[in-house]
Amino acid sequence: MTTKKFEMIDANEAAARVAYQLNEVIALFPITPASPMGESADAWSAAGVKNLWGTVPAVIEMQSEGGAAGAIHGALQTGALSTTFTASQGLLLMIPNMYKIAGELTPFVLHVAARSIAAHALSIFGDHSDVMAARMTGFALLSAASVQEAPDLTLIAHAATLESRIPFLLFFDGFRTSHEIGKIESLEPETLRVMIKEDWVREHRARALSPDHPVIRGTAQNPDVFFQAREAGNRFYQACPGIVQRAMDRFAELTGRQYHLFDYHGAVDAERVVVLMGSGCEAAHETVDFLNEQQEKVGVLKVRLFRPFDSQSFVAALPPTVKAIAVLDRTKEPGSAGEPLYLDCVSALQEAGRTDLRIVGGRYGLSSKEFTPAMVKGVLDNLKNSSPKNHFTVGIHDDVTQTSLEYDASFSVEKADVFRAVFYGLGSDGTVGANKESIKIIGENTDNYAQAYFVYDSKKAGAMTISHLRFGPRPVRSTYLISSANFVGCHQPGFLERYSVLDPLLPHGTFLLNTPFGPDELWTHLPETVQEQLIAKRPRFFAIDAHQVAHNAGMGGRINTIMQTCFFAISGVLPREEAISAIKESIRKTYGKKGPEIVQMNLNAVDQTLTNLFEVAIPDQVSLRAKVEQPPSNTAPAFVRNVLAQMIAGRGDELPVSALPVDGTFPTSTSRWEKRNLAPDVPVWDSDICIQCGKCVLVCPHAVIRSKVYEPSFLKSAPASFKSREARFPEWKGLHYTLQVSVEDCTGCGICVDVCPVRNKTETRLKAINMQPQPELVETERQNWDFFSALPDRERQYLSFENVRAMQVAQPLFEFSGACAGCGETPYIKLLTQLFGDRLLIANATGCSSIYGGNLPTTPYSTGIDGYGPAWSNSLFEDAAEFGMGFRVSLNKQREFAAELLQKLNGRVNEALVQEILVTDQKDAAGVFSQRERVAELKRQLLTIGTDDARRLLLLADTLVRKSVWVIGGDGWGYDIGYGGLDHVLASGCNVKVLLLDTEVYSNTGGQCSKATPLGAVAKFASGGKRVAKKDLGLITMSYGNVYVACVAMGAKDEHTLKSFLEAEAYDGPALIIAYSHCIAHGINMTTAMQNQKAAVQSGQWLLYRYNPELAAKGENPLHIDSAPPKIPVADYLKLENRFRMLSNSKPEDAKHLFQQAQENVTARWQLYQRLARNGSIGGASLATPVNEKVTK
Amino acid sequence: MNLKTEYLGLRLRTPLVPSASPLSESLDNIKRMEDAGASAIVLHSLFEEHITFERHQLHHHVTHGTESYAEALTYCPEMSVLAVGPESYLDEIVAAKDATSIPIIASLNGSTLGGWTDYAKRIEEAGADALELNIYWIPTDPELTGAEVELRYKQIVSQVNGTIGIPVAVKLSPFFSNVANMAKALAEAGARGLVLFNRFYQPDIDLESLDITPNILLSTPMAMRLPLRWIAILRDRIKVDLAATSGVHRATDVIKLLLAGADVTMLCSVLLRHGIDHLAVIERDVEEWLEKHEYESVAQMKGSMSQKKCADPTAFERAQYIRGISTSWRTSNPS
Repeated sequence: MTTKKFEMIDANEAAARVAYQLNEVIALFPITPASPMGESADAWSAAGVKNLWGTVPAVIEMQSEGGAAGAIHGALQTGALSTTFTASQGLLLMIPNMYKIAGELTPFVLHVAARSIAAHALSIFGDHSDVMAARMTGFALLSAASVQEAPDLTLIAHAATLESRIPFLLFFDGFRTSHEIGKIESLEPETLRVMIKEDWVREHRARALSPDHPVIRGTAQNPDVFFQAREAGNRFYQACPGIVQRAMDRFAELTGRQYHLFDYHGAVDAERVVVLMGSGCEAAHETVDFLNEQQEKVGVLKVRLFRPFDSQSFVAALPPTVKAIAVLDRTKEPGSAGEPLYLDCVSALQEAGRTDLRIVGGRYGLSSKEFTPAMVKGVLDNLKNSSPKNHFTVGIHDDVTQTSLEYDASFSVEKADVFRAVFYGLGSDGTVGANKESIKIIGENTDNYAQAYFVYDSKKAGAMTISHLRFGPRPVRSTYLISSANFVGCHQPGFLERYSVLDPLLPHGTFLLNTPFGPDELWTHLPETVQEQLIAKRPRFFAIDAHQVAHNAGMGGRINTIMQTCFFAISGVLPREEAISAIKESIRKTYGKKGPEIVQMNLNAVDQTLTNLFEVAIPDQVSLRAKVEQPPSNTAPAFVRNVLAQMIAGRGDELPVSALPVDGTFPTSTSRWEKRNLAPDVPVWDSDICIQCGKCVLVCPHAVIRSKVYEPSFLKSAPASFKSREARFPEWKGLHYTLQVSVEDCTGCGICVDVCPVRNKTETRLKAINMQPQPELVETERQNWDFFSALPDRERQYLSFENVRAMQVAQPLFEFSGACAGCGETPYIKLLTQLFGDRLLIANATGCSSIYGGNLPTTPYSTGIDGYGPAWSNSLFEDAAEFGMGFRVSLNKQREFAAELLQKLNGRVNEALVQEILVTDQKDAAGVFSQRERVAELKRQLLTIGTDDARRLLLLADTLVRKSVWVIGGDGWGYDIGYGGLDHVLASGCNVKVLLLDTEVYSNTGGQCSKATPLGAVAKFASGGKRVAKKDLGLITMSYGNVYVACVAMGAKDEHTLKSFLEAEAYDGPALIIAYSHCIAHGINMTTAMQNQKAAVQSGQWLLYRYNPELAAKGENPLHIDSAPPKIPVADYLKLENRFRMLSNSKPEDAKHLFQQAQENVTARWQLYQRLARNGSIGGASLATPVNEKVTK
Repeated sequence: MNLKTEYLGLRLRTPLVPSASPLSESLDNIKRMEDAGASAIVLHSLFEEHITFERHQLHHHVTHGTESYAEALTYCPEMSVLAVGPESYLDEIVAAKDATSIPIIASLNGSTLGGWTDYAKRIEEAGADALELNIYWIPTDPELTGAEVELRYKQIVSQVNGTIGIPVAVKLSPFFSNVANMAKALAEAGARGLVLFNRFYQPDIDLESLDITPNILLSTPMAMRLPLRWIAILRDRIKVDLAATSGVHRATDVIKLLLAGADVTMLCSVLLRHGIDHLAVIERDVEEWLEKHEYESVAQMKGSMSQKKCADPTAFERAQYIRGISTSWRTSNPS
């Protein structure tokens, strides 16, 4: 055994490192929480890191997990050592290939960061529902319960798969383990070398398909032999557990860490045992230790190898004294006799004749639900009962079917010698990054074991992060959040008013606050509840104006280094000088490659921090301070107040089962109750110089800028500060106009100011809308917003959508989403809802738009005053087009049936009404409105008829009013994983509209390359710059001839965007709008992002065009180019964006070459489109093909 | 015809030297310059401020939005190499030296004292034959005195000169109270040559958008009058080589500047306007003029019309300004 070498690392990286060392071909597709494993592998491959055999593994990104599995299958069949990383739905997409790979007895390790499967809702968080869905594939399932176990068992899995020929699925819990940073013992290359025998690799290669020794595999078999052949591999499965155990034993000899198929830990004479897999084992381990110290007789059985389930080993691993067993599953199998692990245990005990044991099963920890020692104790206590509750849940309150176990939530096993710290920060302030550095410093500079875990927000703008850091003399097994902390850091002063940040702080602990207030004034500015807690807990209280220090040091809003320095300076974790020197060393290491200026900036911040940090004396008395009203207000609907408000306040864990919908259905119009007050500065209208063009209203990503025109008489009751001007345009003659900002919902992106075309004539830096500090405005503007909201909206049937100016007063039915500040996607969705929101059904592909569109607690989709609004749903990542087509076909069928019934009832229903209902075109809002009125009348008449047909028609009558079906998704969906479906749906002629929000990268999972990524752009999986040009999806789609296609960029030509949306909707067939959506992943200034859109169009990099098949039917050329000829070089656009500049920084020669090629491509593409617009042909096919017969329009 | 001249101790075939411009960003252009007859080339400038800005930008964009949202903890791939620094510029020096046989003069615009010396050292190590300090700085602080500004110039020159062994030239602005005194001070601080003068990019206003739009206006031949005056005044007064830049468009401009006392004339706008090959045209024209006017060499004519050597020294001084106007007024109003 060699000397122990420790490192601070998370499980994803630790496992990926071993996998990378032991493989040659890695095929990938990004999915949370497994993406970092693939990204690490890609980065190592790009950097030329070699594997164990001295060659650099080939890393390829595929179009889906199904594609990755296929590629892996192929690589394995031809003799390469291959792997992949996935989770959740991704694993489900691999299942067909998994059967094949297992059926062919192919050595392979599939790494899974286990995650929930979307059922009633999507969840990115961890449980075992995905791996359990793969348990029947023939793969061995091996579970790692901790960061240390992740690389250890990855290695064991690789050894075992090669020896046994059974493919392995190695999994650990998504987020809880995959993203936890722990101090672990490193695996030496020598250990890998000894564990992996070259003979096994040779045997694998020998089985490869090769024309040099040809065989065929993948035959089709008939009833005569299929069954026998399926049984022919049994002996491999029988041998597998033994092989795994031998690998574990060999591993133990090399490292000293001994694993077993089933690892028992606890009292040798335990009477009660809990059985489980995954990270929960660690919490159970420390709970069992604690309880046994209290003279209880309990134990935990950790399941490592779940498949093949070795019943004998399981039974043998239990202490002979055991009387009762609780088997915990981190999954739910509705309608089953019990969850999978429980059933296996029952079966094993039954077969072993251990009917003397009481065995119960229960569910815990779905979607990363906390699993604490208190819950473990609750489970063990349940076993004390003579009839313990079976099929229970633990960790929730099930007040409906009464499954939940009671437990004492205050029970804790935390030891005093473990230091615990909790930090509350904003994503943008760098808190998490700083804490990652801090825990590394502690782990690497002391003998302490250390652990860090981070909780993130579901919002992208103004996201809150909570960091949980532990360190102490023993390996940290506390796989749950910290509820009692020695140290609490609050990095944003505003959190004090919204969250109970002091709740976890132990008496006489340490509290650190970032605050703009100095020592003399701070106390009186603290909320009363905070003062009370401080007086009660008497911590040492330190404060600093970190934002000022950051500003002085040139660090903008990033206070990471400052707060990190404070933590080390006051926590006493390390001697102060030693700590500061370690921070400085870490800064040099972290920022070194970014240049000396960046290093120096951070070093300066460290020094300035120490002179600005001060201690606050805590008085004995609370000093009064006005209480802050917490949203949602009392006027909110009951469901918002009782349910959603609890989630908003961070108390969602306390909601009982009865509070939640049974089928995942939630009300819309709920984002308006959040009032997140994120923006330090918000736009303020200068009514004197505004020309009322509506551009700011159009581009506002969060729909916080609204305009209305109304009768001046409404102003009688207006608040004094409410602004109003006479409306400028003839169609609004006599009306007043107001541009109002919801300052409590604004994210402060400033895009509105950037697009405002007006300059103040006496001070040109000012526009007709200008940013001002929010806190000074919030009181008055809250009143103004309320008054504004109560003003009547223009009735939809009277609205003009002719141009941006006219349609600005249409109410958006998509508001206050959790999208990034300055998001480039949301203005398009908002526009869609302004235009057609009252009749809109949205089928949304998974991605950013499904997250800011549908991630609880609230939803931005809303309703107008008339109660109409978008209905929205997300099916999967890959199937949005098909999902939307399903909507359309269903609605069409119901409408058809309704029309048939109407015909049947003609005469009993007013004939003229029937005729009008059946022939009306409903092409615009006024037409839809009239139809609604007709249908209302129809319903009135139907009520008087009373026949079965009338009753049936009553149910279906609303389908006679036009419904718009729009599919929304990003480029990862439309260009890659969902392309096949999208292509099919568009080609079908079905009247489905598609809004493809093209950010040219997988935005939601962190910037992976898609086929929409432009040539030369740096993205994950294209770190050397994308070598292939962007797929021309519009051109491909135009080739069908029957699809309306538009390519738009709002920032370049907003009227063109509007026109395209209107034409797409009006077209009686499928439509595709490809919308340039700037994105945080582009590395741009989001405030001026619309200028990037403009530059993209001016350079020809992004073309504006419309292809309208209706023109072809009239004999005209359907293609109209709406961009002017390129007038700036492509390089001028590329240099605006970091995604391109990064290539110049990393590979300047490649950048020159690729950028030159980009220019050539743009020029050639412009010429091609010009030709097509002139001649109307794509290659041999005419662009002017008549509109195809639509099968289901 | 002997067109030889000497500048910064470098023996040059002709006095025609392309000045720092975007043209020299491409190695192909550098080769073409040599082919067209350039006797030396001043590379485009390395801007320390730009490097610093780029580094901050990169740092901002690589960290912006990270560690906020569980599905996207980062947005950029981890890059093993990020060369946001002088590396590519230094590589260009090496490449230019390898590809040509004429002197390569690097150009540096620093923004900190440490930056000036550090980058100068690395430029020397990369193989540049000389270094032109492009001291491009517009002081706007009303509290800052002219003396302090001048001191900063002197400090930069003195520090850089103390750091490197290759000759140093200074490209300076004409906006000093006494250019002659400044020139002397810079020579004393170690400058082997002075490049007269730096042209500042002047801001413009877009009347439609009301934005300030700094743009690059190419010089016209009129611009050579300013260097002409100061070269004539400084010639033989201070011991320093003189390079004329700004408005050198035609052979006649070159000849006038040589007569005034320039050791080399630097060309930029004319090459941007007419192409690099135009250098050969100018050289031929210079040669023709010299032959026609029976000069033997550039050395013979260099400085022959400096203030010290010309027939009317006062013509270069301020008093002449009034007379010049009245003369031109009479010329343009013959009545």
